[in-house]
Amino acid sequence: MATRIADSGGIPLVDQPFRSNRWRRLRRGDLIPGLLFISPWIVGFAWFQLYPIIASIRYSFTDYNMMQPPIWLGFANYTRLFTEDDLFRKALANTAIYALFSVPLDLFVAFCFALLLNLRIPGRPIFRTAFYFPAVIPSVATAILWSMLLNTKGGLVNVALKAVGLPVIPWLTSPTWTMPSLILLSVWGIGPIVVIFLAGLQDVPRELYEAAKLDGAGPFRLVRDVTIPMLSPVILFNLVIGIIAALQVFAQPFVIFGGGQGGGGGAAGGPLNSVLMYSVQLYTVAFQQFQMGYAAAMAWILFAIIFSLSLLSIRFSNRFVHYE
Amino acid sequence: MSNVVEAKALRVQIPLDRVAAQRRSQMLTRGGLVLAFLIVVFFTVLFVAPIYWMVVTSLKTTAEVFAIPTVWWPARLMWSNYPDALNVFPFITYAANTLRIAAPVTIGTTISSALVAYGFSRLRWRGRDLVFYLVLATLMIPTWVTLVPLYILFNHIGWVNTYRPLVVPSFFGDPFSIFLLRQFFLRQPQDLVDAARVDGATHLRIFTQIILPLSRPALAVVALFAFINSWTDFFNPLIYLSNPDKYTLQLGLFNFFSQHFVNWPGFMAASVVVLAPIAVLFFLTQRTFIEGITFTGIRG
Repeated sequence: MATRIADSGGIPLVDQPFRSNRWRRLRRGDLIPGLLFISPWIVGFAWFQLYPIIASIRYSFTDYNMMQPPIWLGFANYTRLFTEDDLFRKALANTAIYALFSVPLDLFVAFCFALLLNLRIPGRPIFRTAFYFPAVIPSVATAILWSMLLNTKGGLVNVALKAVGLPVIPWLTSPTWTMPSLILLSVWGIGPIVVIFLAGLQDVPRELYEAAKLDGAGPFRLVRDVTIPMLSPVILFNLVIGIIAALQVFAQPFVIFGGGQGGGGGAAGGPLNSVLMYSVQLYTVAFQQFQMGYAAAMAWILFAIIFSLSLLSIRFSNRFVHYE
Repeated sequence: MSNVVEAKALRVQIPLDRVAAQRRSQMLTRGGLVLAFLIVVFFTVLFVAPIYWMVVTSLKTTAEVFAIPTVWWPARLMWSNYPDALNVFPFITYAANTLRIAAPVTIGTTISSALVAYGFSRLRWRGRDLVFYLVLATLMIPTWVTLVPLYILFNHIGWVNTYRPLVVPSFFGDPFSIFLLRQFFLRQPQDLVDAARVDGATHLRIFTQIILPLSRPALAVVALFAFINSWTDFFNPLIYLSNPDKYTLQLGLFNFFSQHFVNWPGFMAASVVVLAPIAVLFFLTQRTFIEGITFTGIRG
């Protein structure tokens, strides 16, 4: 009996008011039609995810340049990455620094803007559009635009700094400043996060604020003790998505520094490889040097990092995230 | 007809909005609100200034770009920068190429994701939610892990330097769109589906005649995002297209930027032209856009 209940997906089959076949099928579930409806995804999953993942493990143990057949290397690719490859280590460190600073910075700024836009100030839809719009601009156009704005001699950013009496900064040509430039640049794309936070703020029950205010809480305590706990699932969502995106950042460093007009002599890693990003290095290894086996090993390390970081933030946040 | 309904809905909404707004205003004092407004204005100007600079620079002479004192508005508008830029940057060809990718991708993503989402929402079968979590888990897989073997595979079957690697995968469901549509389908009344089932309707009929018509807003969001993502994609065309005749707008713009002498007014003119269709689409569909963002975000 117990097995029959389990078989039916938890719905007991006894004591049914209707005994017709059709009704029974309806209650038991539609396995065949269900699988038929999701069949596009099943085929796509097998073709574009499962096969490549398995193949990629295999390639990561080989030397393969797409001209000659793959040569089995065992763990040599992995040992070479961690013991001999300075560019790999540089790229790994740079990407970690980029994610470490850009993700919290973007979340913090977006949260502040969302709080401000949630106040009763005139013209809110206009401001929301203004903050969102930069995120719609194609990444290549964004990168070209900022190559110009961050120009040391006459770029708009330095013009503004000079106007308020600050020193001019060699944003894209000095290895000290390239990383801060990229991190600050990421703030320009926070529009979607602001919009998501704004929507989350609408869902915070007003009564909670009223109650906290009766207890004598000021604006800062309201944010700390009401808004942030109520918004914590949304914050976690943006944190995980943000980490995954930041660790794969590609287009902006690739275009700004690899495009040749920004500085650094056209090397995609920027001056002294100061902003050599993991994905950019992977692109070079895979599609300029055609070391496909080596690239597969690099991709797997990236996967391991992203996977463990995502799990970690979900685990860690269980203590802080408040679900209703 | 629908205008009347909307007008009625608006009339009901206004007083409610006002009450909510009044409550909200109690969060800060009047002085605090003025300060907040000024801060918002300041940062909005900061956010919009680069876009102004893009447009203004596209109308400058090369000498004016980094001139000191800064040229905030050129003495003579160099409209000729546009035809000059389009001489080396064949916008029409690139736009046609991009459309040849984005149009089928939009159709493919929407149809396949809707089908799959129906299977994950309106049908009850064992293991359904487990498989659905697998769909969500694939969002965590970095592009790079699958890219290398896929490139080798596509190269092997002669698809590299064609549009197929950019178009074909979209016909097999996109995880994010499946997720969004599933959430939307689940909100449709189950009674309607059960009643149709008892009347003997097939699932395909329920899908096309009940669920799809009810889900137009969500389908619009999915189609819009699919189109814009495909139109602005730089990475995949960079990987798969090598023949300049096949370049997309983004790849063409990158090529113009990296292969030519520094020509900021020209680069900006080309950027404005590439951005314009997206900007128009964004302003026309802003509400759908923002609804889509919030919807995916909250349910996450």
